[in-house]
Amino acid sequence: MNNIAQDNLVSVRNLSFSRGNRPIFDDISLELARGKITAIMGPSGTGKTTLLKLIGGQLQPLRGNIIVDGENVHRLKRKDLYNLRKRMGMLFQSGALLTDMNVFDNVAFPLREHTHLPESMIRSIVLMKLQAVGLRGARDMMPNELSGGMARRIALARAIALDPMMIMYDEPFTGQDPISMGVLVHLIKALNTTLGLTSIVVSHDVHETAAIADYIYLISDGKIAGQGTPEEIKNSSSEWVQQFMNGTADGPVHFHYPADDFIDDLLVPSKPDHPPRVSKRYGNLEP
Amino acid sequence: MELIRLLGQNTLAGFNKLGRGTYFLTHTLAGFMELLPRPHLVINQMYSVGVLSFLIITISGLFVGMVLSLQGYYILSDFGAEESLGLMVAASLVRELGPVVTALLFAGRAGSALTAEIGLMKATEQLSGMEMMAVDPINRIISPRFLAGLIAMPLLAALFSMVGIVGGHLVGVGLLGVDNGSFWSQMQAGIDFEDDIINGVIKSLVFGFVTTWIALFEGYDTTPTSEGVSRATTRTVVNSAFSILGLDFILTALMFGD
Repeated sequence: MNNIAQDNLVSVRNLSFSRGNRPIFDDISLELARGKITAIMGPSGTGKTTLLKLIGGQLQPLRGNIIVDGENVHRLKRKDLYNLRKRMGMLFQSGALLTDMNVFDNVAFPLREHTHLPESMIRSIVLMKLQAVGLRGARDMMPNELSGGMARRIALARAIALDPMMIMYDEPFTGQDPISMGVLVHLIKALNTTLGLTSIVVSHDVHETAAIADYIYLISDGKIAGQGTPEEIKNSSSEWVQQFMNGTADGPVHFHYPADDFIDDLLVPSKPDHPPRVSKRYGNLEP
Repeated sequence: MELIRLLGQNTLAGFNKLGRGTYFLTHTLAGFMELLPRPHLVINQMYSVGVLSFLIITISGLFVGMVLSLQGYYILSDFGAEESLGLMVAASLVRELGPVVTALLFAGRAGSALTAEIGLMKATEQLSGMEMMAVDPINRIISPRFLAGLIAMPLLAALFSMVGIVGGHLVGVGLLGVDNGSFWSQMQAGIDFEDDIINGVIKSLVFGFVTTWIALFEGYDTTPTSEGVSRATTRTVVNSAFSILGLDFILTALMFGD
């Protein structure tokens, strides 16, 4: 048991969370292995991003706890939480680059905030990180001049600036052209290996994610709908998992939103959708 | 029944917001300590809230002073008291119009810009991203702007009054032929440093505090959509204007009411 805890960088235990009255997670547990790429997949709106925000301590769970590197995220004092966050990188879907600074200053931002390194050393580190994502030549550009794919790579360089132990990727492939997508897939895999990171990839791009993930969790309706290595998931006997992985239009998740029988709907066009109007004096008023 | 329910709901929501706003304020003020070693953060913000408001403040001040002089002259000349024109212009500017009109312009020019900036930073996840980089967005983004607003407001009000007096002089002495010497000497004799000038500065400090607080909080508390940001910006200008005018009445009653 102790060994398992050692091998898992992040443990999510019996987590429940809801927004307003809408439950997002209902008693889910996940184990994320150290040094691996774990993918969390599921349809849009299942709260995958919410899960990352819970792991990062930006949201409080309703029940359950989250252990990151042996520390209970939601029990930490503010200062300790901030210290833990220095060891976590997060790549937002939008990149979340600071729009009033150029690329170089964006990557240098966490270094300048958290270290007292001399400017010459910051320069070297920033150039190294930019080199790693292949955008050293873009250091003087402003965020609004970057394409979506470039912005994400810059944000990735910024996320690894402090040499974190893990990176959380929020929908890294959404809205990318095939080339940028390929670049990102390659980068996530390469960084994980060369920097010895632990990666969490939240995505619904099945093929790209399955290609690099070591382990996959599928989440649907607040529950874990399937888990396993990409191989196991592909060969899963669950109809839902098959529908999701293959992107078929009809299956356990129906193409049609629940409705009355189509023939009935067509043949009885004047079917009243309110109770018939009945007057006390004249009786039924409907024709 | 519906009315009572709505009343209760709005009251609760109002107090809720006031609570969040106060928490936000204390957090922001606590962040001032962290600015000591990094004055450049404040200086950068003073440029955008202060220096960039120069033009609108100068031009408005000039015209307000000119109009005051014009209006004052016709009334004062009925009593044969044109010589007091300088005093009248200066007193109304330093006591009232300087702080109030500057604050209203400040809310429209700098306040709305602050709300939109912070709101968009929230909508584009920049604040969230900063938090995940273990940088407290309130200390790093909000506090410097708050301090900058607090410093800029009295300076802008002083500029407004000064330019207004010059405008009043241009019209009064240059156009309407009031004696130059009595224009200045009446002003010098009639304006009291403590009663008029210090009170005016206190007013502008209070207005600066309230306006910047409203602007920053509305931005920080906005719903992170384009509609949310636009609403927050509107609320900043409207609520600032109400607060400024309401507080001006209270402050005036306290200062000059005896």
